[in-house]
Amino acid sequence: MELSMTLDATTKAPIMSAKNVDVFYGAKQAIDDVSLDIAENQITAFIGPSGCGKSTFMRCLNRMNDTISSAKVTGDIRFAGQDIYSSKVDVVALRKRIGMVFQKANPFPKSIFDNVAYGPRIHDLAESKDHLEDIVVTSLKRAGLYDEVADRLDESGTGLSGGQQQRLCIARAIAVDPQIILMDEPCSALDPIATAKIEELMEQMKEDYTIVIVTHSMAQAARVSNKTAFFHLGKLIEFDETDTIFTNPANTLTQNYISGRIG
Amino acid sequence: MNETHIVSSFTDDMNELESLLLQMGGLVEEQLKNATLALKKSDRELAKTVLKGDERINDLEAQLNETAIKILALRQPVAVDLRSVVMSLKIARHLERVGDYAKNTARRINTITKASAFTGSVSTLVRMCEMVQSMIKSALDAYSKRDSNLAEEVRHNDEYVDQMHNTLFRELLTYMMEDQQHISGSIHLLLIAKNLERMGDHVADIAKETQYMVTGEWPENQRNKGDNTSKMIIDLVDIEGK
Repeated sequence: MELSMTLDATTKAPIMSAKNVDVFYGAKQAIDDVSLDIAENQITAFIGPSGCGKSTFMRCLNRMNDTISSAKVTGDIRFAGQDIYSSKVDVVALRKRIGMVFQKANPFPKSIFDNVAYGPRIHDLAESKDHLEDIVVTSLKRAGLYDEVADRLDESGTGLSGGQQQRLCIARAIAVDPQIILMDEPCSALDPIATAKIEELMEQMKEDYTIVIVTHSMAQAARVSNKTAFFHLGKLIEFDETDTIFTNPANTLTQNYISGRIG
Repeated sequence: MNETHIVSSFTDDMNELESLLLQMGGLVEEQLKNATLALKKSDRELAKTVLKGDERINDLEAQLNETAIKILALRQPVAVDLRSVVMSLKIARHLERVGDYAKNTARRINTITKASAFTGSVSTLVRMCEMVQSMIKSALDAYSKRDSNLAEEVRHNDEYVDQMHNTLFRELLTYMMEDQQHISGSIHLLLIAKNLERMGDHVADIAKETQYMVTGEWPENQRNKGDNTSKMIIDLVDIEGK
């Protein structure tokens, strides 16, 4: 079993590859020389204590840090072989390929349908009204939400439960047909049942998408991810198969963090 | 691991688990020591003490299982903690089996002593007992000190126990062929030797599991196994032909 997992993760060319990435917020260095590959159709988890840089690093992957004026990113980050920080890159198009789901579900104050249709409309992806409907329904189905909302697509997205809102946000991310979905603590505001539904969904989504998840829950990283990266004080301490990280981590810092020890 | 957990009751639980295992190990050592002494001195009273002593080991194992399951359910241990809990469960199982073999040995000692049966080879058997005793002691030391090198040593020492089993097998078979009167006692002694050989295997497994617990990796090298008794045939002709 381990053997095939290792082959799977290592033989495929990575869909994203980061090399020697530094991030500064003004004078403060938030990420220090991080190099890491994201394998296609796998779930990669970033873990580490608060302020370790895991979210900052993830936000480099679709240039979300561009929105923070003091942030400066250096190093090389490639998506499908292309340097995403090249001046030629259309950032909006990049974020269409690399979608994002946030900690707090943030549906637009619009109908469920319009929430999901928003992306395809602004990117002009639908050829007709039927096609748009098709995209919306497929996305809701893929996000595991369709059966719960099929009869009320015109109701407001903000009226759904927390877990449903988060799945609506996932449907909205899926609707523009991304290749990678970045999830920043997607379950931290959800109860265990809603969390389990998202985790089950991630497992299914892995077939079509590559997922990167930042999570404070080490148990969640252990449950859902194929590979786990442990960050500490802006550095990537250890990156390995998830089962290795949780049974036999190579680094003492990793061991102390995941087993709840004072380092 | 010296660092304690942020949640100190987690550390307390892990310490309890270790203490239960070491208590079990101490009792198993004691049982084998008494059985050896009973064999050496044909002491039936001591043999009976060993028969009664096994229950305490079983109780401790039950207690250890409960503690381990509680830790797994409530603490969700990972990394070195996970390895410690799972390996402690496995090691406790081996100790319990070693305890059973000590009990069976004591029962046979009681039987042959009561019947004043033939007890040639006892001194060799006592040496074998002492060898296994020292293996148990070192294995428990390796566990409590998290010493992978010592565990490796224990694993390899089992080969000498196996060799001694071969010697005893040959020796006792020869006694039996010499005189029918020897058969009853010799069979019991042979089965005691078999018990000790099995104990050695369990202790070698304890050492292997200790290595995994400490390093996170199973030892790759195969230890040498020296037990050839399953292939041995000694005919009367061999003896008479000498």
